[in-house]
Amino acid sequence: MKLKATWFDTIIVVMICLISLLVILPFLYIIAVSFSPPGDSMAGNFFIWPKHWTLDAYSYLLNANTFLTSVKNSVIITAMGTVLSLFVSITLAYALSKKFLPGRRIMLLVIFFTMIFHGGMIPNYLVVKNLGLIDSYWAVVLPAASSAFNIMVIRSFFQSLPESLDEAARIDGAGEFRILYSIVLPLSKPIIATFTLFFMVQFWNEFFSAVIYLNDTSRWPIQPLLRQMVAISASNISAEAAVDASLAANLGPNVQNAAILLAMLPIVIVYPFLQKYFAKGAMLGSIKE
Amino acid sequence: MQRALRPKRFHQLWPFYLLAAPGILYFLTFHYIPMTGLILAFKEYSPFKGMMDSPWVGLDNFRQFFGTSDFYMLLKNTLLISLLNLIIYFPFTILLSLLLNEVRLKVFKRVSQTIVYLPHFLSWVVIYGITISFFGPSGVINHYLGQWFDGSANFLVSNEWFRPLVIFQSIWKDAGWGTIIFLAALAGINPEQYEAAKVDGASRLQSIWHITLPGIKGTIVILLLLRLGSSMDSNFMQIFLMTNSLNLDVSNVFDLFVYHVGLEQFNYSFAITVGMFKSVASLILVLGANYAAKLLGEEGIF
Repeated sequence: MKLKATWFDTIIVVMICLISLLVILPFLYIIAVSFSPPGDSMAGNFFIWPKHWTLDAYSYLLNANTFLTSVKNSVIITAMGTVLSLFVSITLAYALSKKFLPGRRIMLLVIFFTMIFHGGMIPNYLVVKNLGLIDSYWAVVLPAASSAFNIMVIRSFFQSLPESLDEAARIDGAGEFRILYSIVLPLSKPIIATFTLFFMVQFWNEFFSAVIYLNDTSRWPIQPLLRQMVAISASNISAEAAVDASLAANLGPNVQNAAILLAMLPIVIVYPFLQKYFAKGAMLGSIKE
Repeated sequence: MQRALRPKRFHQLWPFYLLAAPGILYFLTFHYIPMTGLILAFKEYSPFKGMMDSPWVGLDNFRQFFGTSDFYMLLKNTLLISLLNLIIYFPFTILLSLLLNEVRLKVFKRVSQTIVYLPHFLSWVVIYGITISFFGPSGVINHYLGQWFDGSANFLVSNEWFRPLVIFQSIWKDAGWGTIIFLAALAGINPEQYEAAKVDGASRLQSIWHITLPGIKGTIVILLLLRLGSSMDSNFMQIFLMTNSLNLDVSNVFDLFVYHVGLEQFNYSFAITVGMFKSVASLILVLGANYAAKLLGEEGIF
């Protein structure tokens, strides 16, 4: 049957186009401002297409030590966090996917309970502080290493694999670690890919734990630095002690918006890969036993 | 025979406990040990005496908290933001799902999904930065307000604009992503129902009303209850970034109050008291929501 467009279709398409435009326009504007000389954007004589193109903002940021340090910190935190989260979540979820394991129900209950009750911000802070993690990357990485939700989703994936698989391997004399490493993990590539991407996004976007746990601003990842860079321009917002006086002095709208763009760039780069998996990943969460 | 293949003795089981150990250790350290910190709500914490030796004060901290006007302000601000999200953000998500579901051109549907899902993955700091570029004192909106109407608005530093902006941010960031769960439910509706309705002469609006909406009723009810269950939680990252001394009357929510009292004034005991009240209230709400879901004949959240 051939699709025939009716007025109904037209209304739907127009409404979706308007909504999509509302999502896209801010990006175009941010890009345009970052490539324009500050004078142009302050005079507001363009919207999404710069009148004069300049790379000043980018060449400034890519030479500013404070900014580069924060990018380096973000990369380290993201790498540490992703590897650790994958390791902790996969191993625990795999063990809990084994129905024959005594104590499994208690462990599941212990994990599930953290979904509906938690100590809260201050008790968490005190634990991190008492462990001596303040000012260390671990303070950002360790408390976020896993979550009940991640465990449940990965576990339900492992449970969907046929049991006969590891039983066959066991008959052949393979050890349990060997089974996990050479049989289960290769079959779990989709879920591992999904969570690798989710963890990367999560740690790259991490902001609050850096603010409360990292007093030493030379350890700051990009998000808290970006917050300071953009907050300064909302001039009547309480002026915080700027991390870097020369950076603060050079903050034109082009530099600020270039920083916003650079901070979201890794996300935009992995987004096509994310998209391939996320619908599956998001739906896995709703699978129950 | 089957049974024999499954590990049963400890020498067969220990690898699984070893695999579980790091994760269990993580949950104990970063979720359960913090719970023990809640006893500070019943003590007057003194950094010199430490957690164990600080004196007990019974329910004094709770009395102090419920006795102040702060409590009612925090409750009102927190619940109002949740309520606005419930009546604006939530229906918008459903509407967007219905719109996407009605698109018959597959390519167009996929492209628009790609676009509206993207903001979900941006950090709140990036969203905050974009907000400032648009709504800040020298942002593009104030520029045009000045040019066309000779006026300006203090979007970021006023009580009136805080809530509209926060709701708008939530919609911009997450409404697209929020459609995924509805679209999955919509995909489960039997297409024969639509064909039958068409044969009977139903218009597409009638089909939406009589087939589509009933088809996702269960999902809507569950998500609605989940939202009600989490009404005590604010999107703390978002609030933390958007708050400032000039909109604190409306932006001060439980989590923010805990942050100010605990990590800026270092009054741990009082901050933990407030946090504990919030955690316990949330727990009761979530359990209530789950109970309600089961009463309504849905499967329940857990």
